[in-house]
Amino acid sequence: MKTFVYNLEDPLGIHARPAGLLAKEAAKYKSTVTIIHGEKKADTRRLIALMALGLKGGDTITVQAEGPDEAEAADGIRTYLTEKHY
Amino acid sequence: MIELKGKGVSAGAAFGPLRFFRRAERKAVPRIATDEPETELKRYQAASEAAKLQLGDLAEKVRAEAGNDAASLFETHQMMLDDLDFIDTVTKLIHEQRLSAEAAVEDAGKQFAEMFSSMDDAYMKARSADVHDISARLIRILTGTGDPGVPGNGPVIVASDDLTPSETVQLDKNRLLGFVLSGGNSNSHTAILARTLGIPAVICVSGLDRKYEGHPAIIDGQTGRILMEPDEAEKKLYLEKQKQQQEEHRLLNQLKGKPDATLDGKTIRLYANIANPGDLSSVLDCDARGIGLFRSEFLYLGKEDFPSEDQQFAAYKTVLEGMKGKPVIIRTLDIGADKQAGYFGLAPEKNPALGMRAIRICLTRPEIFKTQLRALYRASAFGNLSIMFPMITSVWEVQEIKRICAEVREELTGEKIPYSGRVPLGIMVETPASVMVSDQLAREVDFFSIGTNDLTQYTLAVDRQGVKGLDRFYNPYHPAVLRMIRTTVENAHKAGIWAGICGELGSDPTLLETFLAMGVDELSVTPRAVLSLRNRIRRLDSQKNREKLLAKL
Repeated sequence: MKTFVYNLEDPLGIHARPAGLLAKEAAKYKSTVTIIHGEKKADTRRLIALMALGLKGGDTITVQAEGPDEAEAADGIRTYLTEKHY
Repeated sequence: MIELKGKGVSAGAAFGPLRFFRRAERKAVPRIATDEPETELKRYQAASEAAKLQLGDLAEKVRAEAGNDAASLFETHQMMLDDLDFIDTVTKLIHEQRLSAEAAVEDAGKQFAEMFSSMDDAYMKARSADVHDISARLIRILTGTGDPGVPGNGPVIVASDDLTPSETVQLDKNRLLGFVLSGGNSNSHTAILARTLGIPAVICVSGLDRKYEGHPAIIDGQTGRILMEPDEAEKKLYLEKQKQQQEEHRLLNQLKGKPDATLDGKTIRLYANIANPGDLSSVLDCDARGIGLFRSEFLYLGKEDFPSEDQQFAAYKTVLEGMKGKPVIIRTLDIGADKQAGYFGLAPEKNPALGMRAIRICLTRPEIFKTQLRALYRASAFGNLSIMFPMITSVWEVQEIKRICAEVREELTGEKIPYSGRVPLGIMVETPASVMVSDQLAREVDFFSIGTNDLTQYTLAVDRQGVKGLDRFYNPYHPAVLRMIRTTVENAHKAGIWAGICGELGSDPTLLETFLAMGVDELSVTPRAVLSLRNRIRRLDSQKNREKLLAKL
């Protein structure tokens, strides 16, 4: 299992469109990717639950990847979040 | 050939296929318990696949028209259909509660939408609309109802019972040849839209049946005649009529650039009414001297959330710059009553026309009002802006509005954002109360603009969008209405301000002479009516029948 912590920049947070794009990115990997915020967490394959985390700019999230390609998944998603200024 | 008859409310003739507007609302979902959950599950899965295909097509279409960003919302909807929690919930409802596929989708959609709408965040609240959207799409597929809107691709004559304002804003204006409604009345929003676009509209048509879906028809917005499947002779007649209209149009075009003055030398401010920046070209085309009513509702209707200050600023600036220094009067938001936007979260009312609408929303929720005022004042640096406030009934409202305007100006000064130091403030006079205290109101503002549609409705206590049969009681020529207008104009002049008419009555040829006799200073009408009104103004002597006309009131 690989995890990393990320601070969200985008003031709008992760609502519908960004959540969809993030889910699409995570689907490129075989590993299960989970977003954790406080006591709530959501699997990126469960888009509605991911949106329902209500993530906003300034929130700190933990991203967890678990599976055969967990190292690539964690790296790939970290790069994606940074490049797209999530 | 079959002939249907209705009432023409927007002149012109059109020939094309009749297509029925499809509602977003749908039939009640069947809730009968199923014996075959596996069949229902398969129906749900098939509908989900079909919905994903539809959304894919939609995304492609939007991508071509508006780019990647706009298209990705539909791709997100596609992914929501694959959401494991949503699928699990629907499956469970079918298996455990023996619900039909559509009932299970409806219940699951409600559950998820509620989860979002209970969250304390405007963006998250708006997500409940996404969930509603996907479950509504699934249900439409399952029950066999089509997408909302006008079916097909080419130009069409739109048929319906009547259309709500938010339905009319969604229509693709380039495809509209005309309207045929079984209900409606001459002041409904559909009729106003038709007159703005200069396309024919016929209302109160009896026998308008769905069996005519897709049939070719000629409609005549003057006589109210509708000819289904016309023969060659009738088509020829129609073409001649069209030619005649073009000739009239050509003659009126020669009046461009000519002054709006009567024979005895009285100049009228002849302005145009618009509903969005897209109407700017028709204003420039008809050579109006300004915009007397820019309805700002388009920014709010058919949206999922409040328009931002920047979005509003951009729209106002476009119009102000486009008018190149000519006056532009923008009316602050007039939501409520028949114009609804869900995200305002307005409680349902028994009497919405007498309820929380227009300025009442603005004064109750000043944060919404201030966003719009900031956008307006920022835009004022780019042209000749006046601001107008709807649904005024009391002097204190105007005083409170002026205080909020002053606050906004101070904020902008503090932030070093430029704005014009001279933005006239006016009010819509559209309630009997405002007429009765117009002498006091005139001392508070720079101008009056009389909204005859609402003034008629409130004076006569008749709903302008009311049920069939009320039409003959809605009489804008009623002496009560005309006296209201006269009083308003007289009180304006006593206080040294101007008064105009921006309601539908302003373009009524039979009342023009009466309005001039009353001393009305400005007429703001649909762009299509500007040149024919100029033609009439230039042929009138405002003094000739003045005494006689005023004595009649």
